[in-house]
Amino acid sequence: MNALFAYGFLQRAFLAGILIAVACAVLGVFLILRKDAMIGHGLSHIAFAGVALGLFLNVLPLAAALAVAVASALAIVKLKGRAGLHGDTAIGIFSSLGMAVGILLASLARSFNVELMSYLFGDILAIEPLEVWLSTGLAVAVLVTVWLNYDKLLFMTFDRESARAAGIKIGRLDTLLMVLTAVTIVLGMKVAGILLVAALIVIPAAAGLQVARNFRTAVLASAVIAVAAVAGGLALSIAVNIPASAAIVILCFVAFGALFVLKRGRGLPPASD
Amino acid sequence: MSLVVLRDVSFAYDGTPVLVDIDLVIEEGDFLAIIGPNGSGKTTLVKIILGLLRPTAGQVEIFGKPPAQFSNWDKIGYVPQKATHIDPFFPASVDEVVGMALISSRRQGSAKGREARAKVRRALEVVGMAEFGREPIGRLSGGQQQRVFIARALVTSPRVLFLDEPTTGVDAETQTAFYDMLDRLNRSEGLTIVLVTHDIGIVNKHVNRVACLNQKLIYHGDHAGFCRSDAFRDMIGHGDHLISHEH
Repeated sequence: MNALFAYGFLQRAFLAGILIAVACAVLGVFLILRKDAMIGHGLSHIAFAGVALGLFLNVLPLAAALAVAVASALAIVKLKGRAGLHGDTAIGIFSSLGMAVGILLASLARSFNVELMSYLFGDILAIEPLEVWLSTGLAVAVLVTVWLNYDKLLFMTFDRESARAAGIKIGRLDTLLMVLTAVTIVLGMKVAGILLVAALIVIPAAAGLQVARNFRTAVLASAVIAVAAVAGGLALSIAVNIPASAAIVILCFVAFGALFVLKRGRGLPPASD
Repeated sequence: MSLVVLRDVSFAYDGTPVLVDIDLVIEEGDFLAIIGPNGSGKTTLVKIILGLLRPTAGQVEIFGKPPAQFSNWDKIGYVPQKATHIDPFFPASVDEVVGMALISSRRQGSAKGREARAKVRRALEVVGMAEFGREPIGRLSGGQQQRVFIARALVTSPRVLFLDEPTTGVDAETQTAFYDMLDRLNRSEGLTIVLVTHDIGIVNKHVNRVACLNQKLIYHGDHAGFCRSDAFRDMIGHGDHLISHEH
């Protein structure tokens, strides 16, 4: 861990990774309880098209992925709300289209396949300074937005009809949550890669839900597990030279497994995940 | 004072009429039962009043304003039909569930921290659930959960409380205690209560006003008048899914 404090790029990777992991975990608790856990998986596939588009047009891939993912998240909300499509169907349509467009662009411009791989599998240690500060700023913005809307998001997640009757604008909050998720997924691509970023949304939150007796504890526990997994994963990556993304996700799973077994050992009922 | 006024309200789902030309006034202090057979539009009527559904025709006023322009939702308490059909593993404590409804107050900056906790505590005391504040909501019985949802509806000190089939699936003893509590809130606290039910036993024992629906409003008036009305005889005579429990 001494290396962490010796090199600037490691400090930046650690800072960005921690903030992104916390944003993923916090949003994950809301998404799992809304039965929307798969949105992370879908949006990460969509972000793949954005990354390929960015590389194809020679603009910052993170920015292109952000634009494509947010636009698709808004389209999914619209399809769910107005076209009467079930949530999973809309996600399935857009995620498949995203992968198809990404593969097509990669095929058209063969030159950037190696760079595309770094987004598919994640490489937080190779993160560019501009991407670090962009990621850090956006992760802070996501967390502040969730904090400002925490009570409304909780009420809506628990009981949509009563929340509407209490004057909460449910449609706006649905859109806000999807946009925040899209932003967070794009940020998480560099930490865990397109193929694994959904794990940062689902697994720490699922682990936190194993031990929580109230919602605040669920959010805090999920964030702590995510931070521990990112810190541990980065340390493992440096110590034994393994991919940071894989180490982070495996540590998330270890935490989930341990808490799952601990909970069953105590004879507690299953969590909502 | 009229808290809710409906004029010629109609509603249709995909062209199928559910409510037709409803005129209804809810006065302050009423304990009003909205009764009628299954599918008669009771829940739809409440949702229209609360702005959850838009009527296809007619006008609705709540505290003198159309629901779309009404903003002081703290004055309204609502317990929906399937309130207790929650995810039993949702990690929310009783305190958190009751505190959710304070969101409007928080937006206005009037209920923060200690003040919010005191309001939650008081609301739970009213329904006899003060000692359960830290319990996960999913670990409570159906009757206890229903009391928590009433507390959530009361925590903003509303002027009118809407309850949609609040004791479905709750045992008879708990129902008795529950309706005695509503009586107390109506008589002692002056809370206006609008209760959707098809339990004629509750209507006979607890309410002072009755609105009987079957697409149209076929009776609206005091309870004694309802018992003498053709609407009452028709519904009992035809056994239109009305039930009667002793409370």
